[in-house]
Amino acid sequence: MIPEIGHFSLILALLVALALGTFPIIGAARGNAIWMGLARPLARAQFLLIAIAFVCLAYAFATMDYSVTYVATNSNSKLPIQFRIAAVWGGHEGSLLLWAMILSVWTVAVSLFSKHLPDDMRARILGVMGLISVGFLLFMLMVSNPFERLIPAALDGRDLNPLLQDPGMIFHPPMLYMGYVGFSVAFAFAIAALLGGQLDAAWARWSRPWTTMAWVFLTLGIMAGSNWAYYELGWGGWWFWDAVENASFMPWLVGTALIHSLAVTEKRGSFKAWTVLLAICAFSLSLLGTFLVRSGVLTSVHAFATDPRRGLFILVFLVVVIGGSLALFAWRAPTVGRGGKFAVVSRESFLLANNVLLAVAAFSVLLGTLYPLFLDALGLGKISVGPPYFDTVFAPLMTPALFLMGIGPIARWKQSSLPELAMRLRWAFGVSAATAIILPVLLGHWTPMIGLGLFLAFWIFATSANLVYQRLRGTEQSLISRITSIPRSWWGMVIAHLGIAVFTLGVTIVKGFESEIAVRMLPGEVAHLAGYDFTFKGVDEIQGPNYTASRGQLLVTKNGIVRTTLSSEKRLYTVQNMPMTEAGISPALIHDLYASLGEPLEDGAWSVRIYYKPMVEWIWAGCAMMGLGGLLALSDKRYRTRKRLAKEGDLTAKEALA
Amino acid sequence: MAIKARHKRFVLIGIGLALVGLAAMLILNAFQSNMVFFYTPTQVDKGEVPKNTGFRIGGLVVPGSLKRGGDGLSVSFVITDTAKTVPVIYKGVLPDLFKEGKGVVAQGKVGADGIFMASEVLAKHDENYMPPEAAEALKRAKEQGKTLVMPAK
Repeated sequence: MIPEIGHFSLILALLVALALGTFPIIGAARGNAIWMGLARPLARAQFLLIAIAFVCLAYAFATMDYSVTYVATNSNSKLPIQFRIAAVWGGHEGSLLLWAMILSVWTVAVSLFSKHLPDDMRARILGVMGLISVGFLLFMLMVSNPFERLIPAALDGRDLNPLLQDPGMIFHPPMLYMGYVGFSVAFAFAIAALLGGQLDAAWARWSRPWTTMAWVFLTLGIMAGSNWAYYELGWGGWWFWDAVENASFMPWLVGTALIHSLAVTEKRGSFKAWTVLLAICAFSLSLLGTFLVRSGVLTSVHAFATDPRRGLFILVFLVVVIGGSLALFAWRAPTVGRGGKFAVVSRESFLLANNVLLAVAAFSVLLGTLYPLFLDALGLGKISVGPPYFDTVFAPLMTPALFLMGIGPIARWKQSSLPELAMRLRWAFGVSAATAIILPVLLGHWTPMIGLGLFLAFWIFATSANLVYQRLRGTEQSLISRITSIPRSWWGMVIAHLGIAVFTLGVTIVKGFESEIAVRMLPGEVAHLAGYDFTFKGVDEIQGPNYTASRGQLLVTKNGIVRTTLSSEKRLYTVQNMPMTEAGISPALIHDLYASLGEPLEDGAWSVRIYYKPMVEWIWAGCAMMGLGGLLALSDKRYRTRKRLAKEGDLTAKEALA
Repeated sequence: MAIKARHKRFVLIGIGLALVGLAAMLILNAFQSNMVFFYTPTQVDKGEVPKNTGFRIGGLVVPGSLKRGGDGLSVSFVITDTAKTVPVIYKGVLPDLFKEGKGVVAQGKVGADGIFMASEVLAKHDENYMPPEAAEALKRAKEQGKTLVMPAK
């Protein structure tokens, strides 16, 4: 009965979404206030209905209702309750429901926080989001219904993939989806602006906080995923250039370009058409990413053969959304008008260069991800493009991007002078160049890549320090009041940029100085790595809720002093008879020690891998700082106090001149 | 003055296009030199594989073929597409889901002695799931009607 209620609410939600996608948009075109006014109540009704469906599915998981196919394939009676709930988004159908659910959350959020928008604009934005929702709900109801019954019911479920039975599963997918789907708001703003022909600074100011919010979620979602891969896959890697990761990285790159381009559109009125195009691309890549990961096309392009309707629907949906919005863009973009002029050396130019580099980087990821799929689909052979390609491409693309990142915030809008910039940044350049040469020598290992990475990281540190110093000095006020008088969005930018520096530093050090050994160890034997001694204490058997495990312990000592114990498990998940490795990690600011148990060999020996990962945690700390910077920018008071818009307009004009 | 501004703009656009062109060249070049092709054991047997660059092979691990070296870390096993077999040597810890009789994909080079020196061994994360390359190798061997041994389950 409960699953039927869920199914029924999905059908009702589809009808509501259809109404939301049509009446307000037609109303906006005809100036019909009543039709436009329907947008808000419909957005709320849609949220309520999808939430009911979501709760029904979660209930079916919680109560182990194995008469529902989706529950039976993704859960098991021995699965702990938190993973049974997280299993709601453990498969294809449930992820789509989570997607639709999050879309309805964003839609309601827009309806709640859009009182200051003109009626037609709000109606169009909510309408466009309704249309996207129609696509997803229709897809679910036609070919991917999570409430489909299994008759006769299964006695027990086939269990959630053991790889997903981890706290990471509870946070990572919802965060990532909040990011993906959040770009639908920027997309809807862009489409609404194209439909209405109104693309001005106000439009950019309205869409900025939404875009930043989505970007924060996406950043933190990718961070959580990378961290999860690091401790779960047991090889000590944190990014694999896997198609699934690339699917989330492409919208991030374009989204990052978008938040910078929006800043120019808001402050200077330039880059209008480009901003709209980026908004369309960011969301299109989010859609593509969702389907790439969740359709099974990565497993095999022929997976669709089992249900060709699914593949066809996805292709048609992507063509309609991406093709339709690009066609609208081509048709309406010439009407948006030109922005303010700027000189070759100006902050606009630096931001433009950053945008182009990010877009090219996103394109290179797209090529590396989709080209092998195309070849395979067309029967032209199987190829794979691994990390070497992405590494080769990213170093030369990101080097100028990070270098310009140090200059951009210091350059003036409209026109800046190169000699003046050079004068101002000569110390920053000197300090970072010296660090890049001296630090690796002190650490005992110098390669061009280490030098380059350190130079870029310290370049951003030094230029940021210069930026903050210049901005804070010279007034009579106390330091505290000088700090608080600067808008939070500016501090947000500084912290996010420092996050990039911290990230770059972490990547450089871990890539340049990590070491690993794979050894055969008998109980009592000692292995040596990076000045530490690892004593194998043997293996004991433990029993988990739905797995059995061999747990191996390594006592870590340095110069005879005990530092920590690493405990790694080799688990066997009994339902799917699937082995899994749980790494033993001792994380620290300076370095991680990481051990994972390999296989049992003869005589009670085990193969063991031990990794020394210097400053690897800085990678995620950098991502967290980017997210924090975004949140700080969101808390800026100009986004909260809508009534002071006019006054703020003056202020931004002043800032622009400053 | 106006002419100068326009002139400057053209220079800017020119530089921009040149840089984008350069980036495109870089990407395509990197793409071409880092593509890893896939071959079946039958193709390896016929010598249709590149001599000096790495490639991937896929198939099933022949039951009983897994042997460990004295150090307990180097392993050797045999991959088959049910028509032909390729001996593989790998030094490192095998992935969790590596099993005899199951699908596997290895990346590496063929030595002069015909032994495949694997630098990477992949077996994906699902018990029922066959790596796409492994499935492809079996399919091709079947299509060519050269199946000699039934794949062991």
